[in-house]
Amino acid sequence: MTQLQNLLSLVEENEQLIQDALHKDLHKPKFESVLSEIQITLNDLYFAMENLRTWMQPEYNIGKNLATRMDDCFIRREPLGVVLIIGAWNYPLHLILLPLVAAIAAGNCAILKPSEICQATEQLLAELIPKYLSQDCYAVLCGGAEDTKSLLKNKFDHIFYTGSQVVARSILLAAAAHLTPVTLELGGKSPCFIYGHIDIQKAAKRLCWSKFFNTGQSCVAPDYVLCTAQTRDALLPALRETLQTFYGPDPGASPDMGRIVTPRHWRRLMDMLEKSKGKVVIGGESREEDKYIAPTVLVDVLESDALMQEEIFGPILPILTIESLDEGIDYINRQEKPLALYVFSDETSVVTTVLNNTSSGGFCGNDGIVHMALPGLPFGGVGASGMGSYHGRWGFETFSHRRGCMNRSWLLERVNVLRYPPYSDYNLGWLRWATTFKKNSWGGCSVIKILFWVCTGSLKYLSSVPDFY
Amino acid sequence: MSREQKAVERARKAFLTGRSKPLEHRIRQLKNLQRFLLEREKEIAEAIKKDLNKSEAGTQLYETLGLEGEIILAVKKLAEWVAPRPVEKNLLTISDTVYIQPEPLGVVLIIGAWNYPWAVTIQPLIGAIAAGNAAVVKPSEVCVHTAKVMEDLLPAYIDKELYPVVTGGVSETQELLRQRFDHVFYTGNSMVGKLVMEAAAKHLTPITLELGGKSPCYIDKNCDIPIACRRVTWGKYSNCGQTCIAPDYILCEPSIQGRVLEEIKKSIKAFYTEDPKTCPDYGRIINQRHFKRIMAMTEDSTIAIGGDSDESTCYIAPTVLKDVQVNSKVMQEEIFGPLLPILTVSGVDEAIDFINKGEKPLALYIFSPDDKVIKKVIAETSSGGVLANDCLVHYSVSALPFGGVGNSGMGSYHGKFSFDNLSHLRGCLIKQLKMEGVNDMRYPPHTAKKLFWARFFILKNPDLGFIGRMTLLTIIAVVAAMVLQVRGGRKVCVWGGGW
Repeated sequence: MTQLQNLLSLVEENEQLIQDALHKDLHKPKFESVLSEIQITLNDLYFAMENLRTWMQPEYNIGKNLATRMDDCFIRREPLGVVLIIGAWNYPLHLILLPLVAAIAAGNCAILKPSEICQATEQLLAELIPKYLSQDCYAVLCGGAEDTKSLLKNKFDHIFYTGSQVVARSILLAAAAHLTPVTLELGGKSPCFIYGHIDIQKAAKRLCWSKFFNTGQSCVAPDYVLCTAQTRDALLPALRETLQTFYGPDPGASPDMGRIVTPRHWRRLMDMLEKSKGKVVIGGESREEDKYIAPTVLVDVLESDALMQEEIFGPILPILTIESLDEGIDYINRQEKPLALYVFSDETSVVTTVLNNTSSGGFCGNDGIVHMALPGLPFGGVGASGMGSYHGRWGFETFSHRRGCMNRSWLLERVNVLRYPPYSDYNLGWLRWATTFKKNSWGGCSVIKILFWVCTGSLKYLSSVPDFY
Repeated sequence: MSREQKAVERARKAFLTGRSKPLEHRIRQLKNLQRFLLEREKEIAEAIKKDLNKSEAGTQLYETLGLEGEIILAVKKLAEWVAPRPVEKNLLTISDTVYIQPEPLGVVLIIGAWNYPWAVTIQPLIGAIAAGNAAVVKPSEVCVHTAKVMEDLLPAYIDKELYPVVTGGVSETQELLRQRFDHVFYTGNSMVGKLVMEAAAKHLTPITLELGGKSPCYIDKNCDIPIACRRVTWGKYSNCGQTCIAPDYILCEPSIQGRVLEEIKKSIKAFYTEDPKTCPDYGRIINQRHFKRIMAMTEDSTIAIGGDSDESTCYIAPTVLKDVQVNSKVMQEEIFGPLLPILTVSGVDEAIDFINKGEKPLALYIFSPDDKVIKKVIAETSSGGVLANDCLVHYSVSALPFGGVGNSGMGSYHGKFSFDNLSHLRGCLIKQLKMEGVNDMRYPPHTAKKLFWARFFILKNPDLGFIGRMTLLTIIAVVAAMVLQVRGGRKVCVWGGGW
């Protein structure tokens, strides 16, 4: 609790420094820094601190069979040991601090390896963490790919990685050598359906907000849109209007528009845009000197397009036209399972159909990104988008070992005799009866309950008679 | 295309038809599996007898009884397990639908082991079916007859495309591991566990590893030694010690070593007669390779009980070694055989230190009448599971997660844990397009005022209580209504759901 409290102080007392570092690294607007980095970390801390005592309690309320009814069965959550947390550059603060909150809550020590791409934030963390947290238990290691490789040669009790699939594979391989369990928070192309009857203005607002937040550099940003030609025609003016409201006539001049993280990432996005056969209908402007790309929307994008081969991770929104919901669902199911899936529709049947016929890490209907702000929902991927989850109690469970414990009674040794050799069918019959989970629980029948306790009471007396060879 | 590849492709195709998902299908398949276990009891027992020399009652007790229990539990609880699980909301999402939806992963690979070939191969299959997956079952090739029974008879009871049985040895297993699965479930040893994990890494496939280790057994000098030794004897020599959670070695004070030896000897005689070799309830070592491995371990220790063996039948008598040293051969790896070393310690503290110097075991046993001692050992050590005052039986409690930690494995199963382990728990948030006035706070252009309100709403205030939350909600509703009115009272489209 002390460490969590100290971490809370770290964030609260250094808000300005954090905002400055994030602005230096990512040109993050203050609003975004506060909401998506500082506030989300504070929330998770409050949530953990408020609930930790409950989470740590051994879980006693579990079902037993007749043969074990006199015994104490419970599940303890225990620390794993030393965990390694590797952060990412797009939300350099919360992607390393949220797992740290969970690791601390679960009682572990942790090594933090922040992303070297965000140097200002990396330096800030390296400076602040030892000031606020126990230096024996928590350390920050800075470095690049080679340093991370060396770090991975060590044995950890859990590795938590946020980033790309390519690097994730090498982390899993390194973990295999030590049989270390791993949580991978990866990404993918998160599809966004806009289908059926819908308030297109509101949908456009929410879509723009979730797409262009952090300049599209969010693992759960809606990557592309699937809609009919009719919806597309209604959507485009709504998008234009929304973008105008959000960023004014020149988003490059708006303080609320971010930048791409590095020249290399900017180049990657520009290459994709240049190779794309889609038609740019909104935006398209860019500036190399400050890594700026305008919020850009393309239509007539096909499955084979350059923009559809990998996760975009930038402020470029392709719109793919579909003729039916089934066509869209088939398309999604031909791709890897994404981290998030979005559906904008007023029709329950549309939402339900998509939900039931697809798979994704998480799902949000009629909005984007916000499902990850709920600490009650497990946040994580499936298939190529990752394994394991965290946020709230899920993080605590990820960094804990769930140890099944049983404290058997010394009594009822006469019942135990049923299981010892020499084996007999007679004994087996009784054991079968005692250990099988009953189809109709007769826990509610008080007469039988009383009889049972009377019998076990007598057995208790009888079993105190020693030596029955 | 190899045979293994074909089986996996067929399973994936079958999964993509969606027929493994409906509740009725899952329950039907589970009931068919149960029928298989009951109707083919004889074939199962005969195969096990040939493979492991287990008696028929022994087979039922240790192999199929547990499976039947798990199937009955799954059938009874499945509707509850598959249902959406509601979740706590925050102020901003108070009118939205928030839940966790368990979903199938896809095609699961289950690699079984030879020591309890039915229990450890079929139990994960129960979980896989219950969770709506397809599953490729690869039984251990060491149990030749059991693998044949599975291959020949299982397809007659459960969907043979969704749940194919693929038999074979190392190269067939490697070929299977080259295919892409949505989860790999492996039971076996750490060495192969690492290779399985490496293979799974290439496809970013999550895995469950049920491995082993040296499960320590601490016997407190004040406990009821006859009962403790009887339970330890049963736990150790069942299946000839070839159990992943068998008590591997005993730690006790020197003053009770003599008594412990005496009581174990009595129990061995009561269970397996004076001549265990002729007793139908005493098993054999699986093969010559393991026989030699285990016999080599006795070389540098003192045999106090048993010790006789017969290589031709892979028989090793129930054996106890006394005054065993830390660096002796028998303490270097998991024994997995009927040798029970006793190491003496000065007390519970030394026992705890000793345990913590080794890798985290799959099970840990403590025999003590004093709950304080038990609590101390639990608090100061780590292991997959813990059982006080008995051996093995924690395996049978479906409500306890069964699995290792560290070198003894990752992931767990049994009961609902099997279901959850082989499902994807998908977080779902279904909002409505109303209350847009509240959402406006988060849109650019950003202002300090908007930021203030955004922070306020996103920040949870858990001390509010029900009345407080309702009051606040009313205030929000009023504010939102006012905001909407000010903006010209646009018609709001309502999506059915939420509150």
